[in-house]
Amino acid sequence: MDIRILYFASLRERLGRAEERLTLADGTTVAALIQQLRLRGGAWAEAFAEGQAYRVAVEQELASLVTPLGDGQEVAFFPPVTGG
Amino acid sequence: MRVAVQMEPFDIAVEHARLTQNRTDIGAVASFVGLCRSDNDARAVSAMTLEHYPGMTEKALEQIVREAQARWQVLDCTIIHRVGRLLPGDGIVLVLVASAHRRDAFAACEFIMDYLKTRAPFWKKEATNDGERWVEARESDDEAAARWLSQR
Repeated sequence: MDIRILYFASLRERLGRAEERLTLADGTTVAALIQQLRLRGGAWAEAFAEGQAYRVAVEQELASLVTPLGDGQEVAFFPPVTGG
Repeated sequence: MRVAVQMEPFDIAVEHARLTQNRTDIGAVASFVGLCRSDNDARAVSAMTLEHYPGMTEKALEQIVREAQARWQVLDCTIIHRVGRLLPGDGIVLVLVASAHRRDAFAACEFIMDYLKTRAPFWKKEATNDGERWVEARESDDEAAARWLSQR
């Protein structure tokens, strides 16, 4: 399945990337995707390391590690929000 | 409800008139305005840039309003949040809540701000003399939002 990933704010700056498309195995969860991103090493391993604070949205709704991903979906990773 | 994410400034008088025109069932309008300050954590801030997640921002704000409507009597509600580059003194966010009575209007307004602060995808970057830096989320905001889990 193909997904689109967006990165925002300080996370985007750390990773040097605003968006990308990935092909994943059907049924991949958010947790499994994060594992894959960590394997890139460097800034990716640091940004998504255990204990790092970031949030995930799937199809523009806040999601969790166990949220499964579907074909054509939009996933976003971002720091804790600071609006208002 | 009226939810807007925009670069342009908002006018509270215009929005209040819009919210209340032709209605006589509204007995209370509670409002909140968030402003950009020139100091944060002992640093002088010369400007602030607000980034957001287009698409999710509006959805998240609408969801927050619906939650407020489920908990309190909310006859109508307006949220306007600015994005882009702001200067100290500029308005960042406006929340207006209309109810028949003040208790629900005040509570819903505070709830909406506490949830916006922790769930709406905006991120602030401050420009200071030492360069630019991203504002960190505050624990006190999470605590404020959590408070509503056990309150009416």
